[in-house]
Amino acid sequence: MVSIEGVKFQYDAAGPVLSFPNFSCAQGDRMLLLGNSGAGKTTLLHLLCGLLTPTSGRLTVGSKSLHTSTDRELDRWRGAEVGVIFQQAHFVQSLTVRENLALPHQLTTGRIPEDLEAKMDDMLDRLGIGHRAGARPHELSVGEQQRASIARALLHKPKVMFADEPTSALDDESAAAVMDILDREAADATLVVVTHDQRLKDRYAACVTLNPQRP
Amino acid sequence: MTLGVTTQALRNLQAKPLQTALSLALLAFGVGMVSLMLLTEKQVNDAFERNIKDIDLVLGAKGSPLQLILANVYHIDAPTGNISLEAAQKVVKHPYIASGIPLAYGDNHEGYRIVGTDMGYVEHYGAELADGGWWDKTFDVTLGAKVAEATGLTLGDTFFSAHGLTDQTDIHTNRTFTVVGVMEPSGTVVDQLILTSIQSIWDVHAHDGEEVDPSTREITAMLLKKRNPLAVLTIPNKLRDTNMQVALPAIEVNRMTQQFGLGTAALRAIAMLIMALSFASIFISVLDNIRARRHELALMRTMGGTPRTLYTLLLVEGGLLSAGGTLLGLVLSRVAMVVLSAFVEQQFHYSLGAMMPLPGELALAAAAVAVGLVASAIPAQRTLRLDISKTLSEA
Repeated sequence: MVSIEGVKFQYDAAGPVLSFPNFSCAQGDRMLLLGNSGAGKTTLLHLLCGLLTPTSGRLTVGSKSLHTSTDRELDRWRGAEVGVIFQQAHFVQSLTVRENLALPHQLTTGRIPEDLEAKMDDMLDRLGIGHRAGARPHELSVGEQQRASIARALLHKPKVMFADEPTSALDDESAAAVMDILDREAADATLVVVTHDQRLKDRYAACVTLNPQRP
Repeated sequence: MTLGVTTQALRNLQAKPLQTALSLALLAFGVGMVSLMLLTEKQVNDAFERNIKDIDLVLGAKGSPLQLILANVYHIDAPTGNISLEAAQKVVKHPYIASGIPLAYGDNHEGYRIVGTDMGYVEHYGAELADGGWWDKTFDVTLGAKVAEATGLTLGDTFFSAHGLTDQTDIHTNRTFTVVGVMEPSGTVVDQLILTSIQSIWDVHAHDGEEVDPSTREITAMLLKKRNPLAVLTIPNKLRDTNMQVALPAIEVNRMTQQFGLGTAALRAIAMLIMALSFASIFISVLDNIRARRHELALMRTMGGTPRTLYTLLLVEGGLLSAGGTLLGLVLSRVAMVVLSAFVEQQFHYSLGAMMPLPGELALAAAAVAVGLVASAIPAQRTLRLDISKTLSEA
């Protein structure tokens, strides 16, 4: 589940205080966080991932109370329970697509399970980029990078998936295809999509619109 | 699939081949230079030590004392001239002198000196026979191991000597030397000499039927062992009004190595400068990596990597660079040593062979790796303060 309550955030003491609406989302549900540019979407996503610490309020994701956790606990939690798809797909450029997909396991557990490669191949085949497994990230097209990034976020079966603007750079057909993949592959996870893409506003029943709120 | 920190670090280094090659080359060059100097110093000092071995004084014709030592102890320079055998024997009989070994030479065969001496010389260096026997009759010779190997001469072979120490043009065809023995390698100057009796040296230069007054017989030098330490003060005084001098090998070699020392100190300073540049290169390389890969590093934090994970990764990259450069430098110094050895062998018939790591080199390697680690540890600290959210938002 994802729950935020009275969450406020301030980048620096002199800066504005961002205030976010309360909402919650049960395990396995889908939710859309919709907002225009400057509404604080990325800030909220980073708060939900534990990359930022709220100035005040309560923030719970899965079993973790983010506002009370240490950095070390959050590092481990992200590796074990969270999958993140960023607006721009980031990869370790010196590693192949296959190795990039295995990296979260290595970072979290210090090893790569023997059955991971089979799961990886299966996942990449389902996403239609099985033939690109040995390629370097810069050799992929933007669409292929997006899919590889989805595969990486899903491979360790996260309890919560966060997707930041997953369709912003895609045409209607590709956008629908990516969302279908997300819905299908993250069927067991709670999925939170942060976007300004109005094409997605009716996709999920749960939708929270973010407006700049500065008390 | 293995994706441990070392594999990741290696992949990152491979991804920047030019930067990696520059850092490796700089460190390898610096370490290689210092290592080569350590190796040559050790080899040269060992060779000097081995051959000085209990020779306290060298008696010879007046001239440069260093030349006297280099010519008669190490056989790498021309002698200062000849001295009277009778006068030299008088010096040997001085109560402060325990013994003397006469040397007479002036000819060579294929660049190897033919030295007339007595068995005292063989015993002094502990030379042993590999085959045949010691020279007995006039014009019998016993070959040093290196001479036998280089010339291919074996027992029973005969040859002419050539006048001079390296020249092959003025050949004494009137006398034939016969090989009667070959020595075992001893690691001393004897290996590169052709030993014979002093009489052979005199006879090869005598005209047919010429009668020589024994009192006019000459030798090149006399290697002296003292009985009393005062010999080093007394004997030079005794020789003041003669054409002879005594030189102290230990002092002359010391003086020479001190002169070499100035040159090697300058070279060492240059090598240290290159090493310092290589550490700066590693520092900049790691710093640049952090800047260029900050999104990757931030991404790794979102996938379970801790600040320590990132710090370790960069430290290992720096460690691999410094260890690789150091190892490459040690290999490079050995390759250079092989080339140098071939040159020294050709010029002076000395081998600079031993390639085992010296304690000084191990200390150098440990220091290079440690400094390399520090050079990467300092910039790597930035990963501990990496603002993940801000970095990811920049993309």
